[in-house]
Amino acid sequence: MAPNTQPKGISAALRVKPIVPGMYQYDELDQAFVDQRVAEFRDQTRRFLAGELPEDEFRSLRLRNGLYIQRHAPMLRIAIPYGLLSSRQLRKLGEITRRFDRGYGHFTTRQNLQLNWPKLETVPDILEQLATVQMHSIQTSGNCIRNVTADHLAGIAQDEVDDPRPYCELIRQWATLHPEFTYLPRKFKIAVTGSPADRAASEVHDIGLHLRRDEQGNIGFQVFVGGGLGRTPIIAQVIREFLPLPDLFSYLEAILRVYNRHGRRDNIHKARIKILVKALGIAAFRDQVEAEWHATRDMAAVLDQAQVDRVRAFFRPPAYELLPNINTTAGREPEFQAWYRYNTRPHRVAGYRAVFVSLKAHGSVPGDMTSEQMEAVAGLADRVSFGMIRATHNQNLLLADVPQRELYGVWQELRALGLAMPNIGTLTDLIACPGLDFCSLANAGTLSVTRQIQQQFDDLDYLYDLGDIEIKMSGCMNACGHHHVGHIGILGVDKHGEEWYQITLGGSVNGFTALGEVMGPSVPQAEVASTIERIVEVYRGLREDGERFIDTYRRVGIKPFKERAYATHSEAA
Amino acid sequence: MRRILKRRELVEDEWRYLGEAGAAAAGGVAASEGTAVAQSELLVVPFAEFRTNIARWRSYSGPLGVRLSPVDKVEDLADDVQRLALIAVEFPSAGEGRGYTQGRLLRARLKFNGELRAVGAGVKQDLLFLMLRCGFDAFELAPGQNTDEAVQALARYSVAYQPGEPAPSIQLQRFSAQAAQSP
Repeated sequence: MAPNTQPKGISAALRVKPIVPGMYQYDELDQAFVDQRVAEFRDQTRRFLAGELPEDEFRSLRLRNGLYIQRHAPMLRIAIPYGLLSSRQLRKLGEITRRFDRGYGHFTTRQNLQLNWPKLETVPDILEQLATVQMHSIQTSGNCIRNVTADHLAGIAQDEVDDPRPYCELIRQWATLHPEFTYLPRKFKIAVTGSPADRAASEVHDIGLHLRRDEQGNIGFQVFVGGGLGRTPIIAQVIREFLPLPDLFSYLEAILRVYNRHGRRDNIHKARIKILVKALGIAAFRDQVEAEWHATRDMAAVLDQAQVDRVRAFFRPPAYELLPNINTTAGREPEFQAWYRYNTRPHRVAGYRAVFVSLKAHGSVPGDMTSEQMEAVAGLADRVSFGMIRATHNQNLLLADVPQRELYGVWQELRALGLAMPNIGTLTDLIACPGLDFCSLANAGTLSVTRQIQQQFDDLDYLYDLGDIEIKMSGCMNACGHHHVGHIGILGVDKHGEEWYQITLGGSVNGFTALGEVMGPSVPQAEVASTIERIVEVYRGLREDGERFIDTYRRVGIKPFKERAYATHSEAA
Repeated sequence: MRRILKRRELVEDEWRYLGEAGAAAAGGVAASEGTAVAQSELLVVPFAEFRTNIARWRSYSGPLGVRLSPVDKVEDLADDVQRLALIAVEFPSAGEGRGYTQGRLLRARLKFNGELRAVGAGVKQDLLFLMLRCGFDAFELAPGQNTDEAVQALARYSVAYQPGEPAPSIQLQRFSAQAAQSP
């Protein structure tokens, strides 16, 4: 029994029947809001182009609509709230990338989609098109509360306490143009996970929420605060062991208010909440937040059960058929068997599996997808996965609810589209930011290094032998590629105008958050892949039966890697 | 004469900021840097001055306002907030966001009911709606702002997801609409 009972006379009217199961649907109020947001940005863009709005003023407004000015062109980051897309939305993204960009888009580590080549004057039209399918780009950049992210297996994972997506949606609405917190000292990222495996990497977020149940079975959250990567990587600490659900907004506001008042505004590199938490210490920070919360908790809206029930109703499971588990691989070709093993995952409903759409084909840019691929996957989702698609943190897509009997046909179709590279979870399922080729912040390229690694590790049998290894690569210390938490992390650095790469080992997320340790001096671009090969050879030599790379590393430490990976390379300085 | 945007109209400001020449000076009372002021005029004093000479300002007989900079703690006004007729909150630049928290705390936590005025170079038309939702009801627009556009900007959104004025939150609208429809 939740502490807040719902108001009388409301519950019956709240049984909303969503048109597409499994996803939040805008009502006319949500729609009015995004339409008004588009109209506002159209006017701001007009004033900027007419010279009525100075560049520095326009900048903070466009950033809060996801629009950066990049190396070659503007970059527009479209929000995919907690990674969930309908086929209609993905089809629209295909249309937008063809009509307004160069026929492709880039899925990011935060479950968003970036357009690399939009024209500034057409961005209001893009936003208007997005609004027709209940999408937007609000707060995907700028010093505000960013798109909230979640486990890509939410709702189908066998290990979750509860589905995090309804809470993500409630947080999305609460955070959208929050009047008090739209001009924070720095960006602010929230992730929610329902599973101890924490596939949302919540402990490297400004706030991480872990769904929990108390002894009476009531839903609440274990609250982490002060995590983040970037220039000063820090793992979040627990600020509250159990936050009851009705208090969610008031407690989030207490944290944000302490941060908004006391976070540093004098130095952009010290402005994230992690720096404030570190400076005060978690105990003192907790005391401040608790004091703030007790003084002001009636200022925020109480999250009552009626609101929760309304949103939860949108995320009910789809109409699964009653199906037996079947053996889909028997007698099939080895390529299909490999794909089944690496690119599909068990489902909690019998007869179904979750299917990764790999955006990591060798020779391609991680996370990139063409307009045609988007439209084709949208069609596939309509036929075999209830019209729903998910974007993952690892820059792949997921068809979450595929009947096992369809798997062989799905594989054939994805293979024809170039989206069936059977490498999910292997070394070449690496994640990378766009790097120097696109980003004006980057020190070094990531795309050519990706290609180098793809070429060096092109033998699938060798990849499979290496097993589960996560490579994460960033083109600069802002760490958009999350290199600190890669089993092998690669960071691009500028060395007297040349692109060099620092390698870290032993980082991880997913239930055991650790920051990688720097292996040694950085290496020149041409030697990144060969250095990685030496690292994995050290692992192959040291691993015990069935041991993953990260487990071997944790057992033996960095020393043997350091000694042997640099053996032929000791001159590097 | 300074003009202030209030209730969607530009009105002449009746208030004088301490240290600026104003009605009292024109009337012949020495008012250099606030050392002498007419006890009846509408006067806004900086937070630091208010705190330093608190006894004096508590005995001021005219309508009194206080002006806060981003670092000032609104809690320190708790004992005085009910006798203040105006609180001016500075937004020195568009990126400075502490004023939103100050405004919201003044309204919701300290129950301040007087004029809450946004002042400074950051008071631009594109931010007025956020300020309005945080409880501000008067705006001293930054120089160069188009006042007609600023008036329209206050009504740019008919909906918002958070509690505030003038329209109730989307959550409340949604629930009251559904409650009205239910039998």
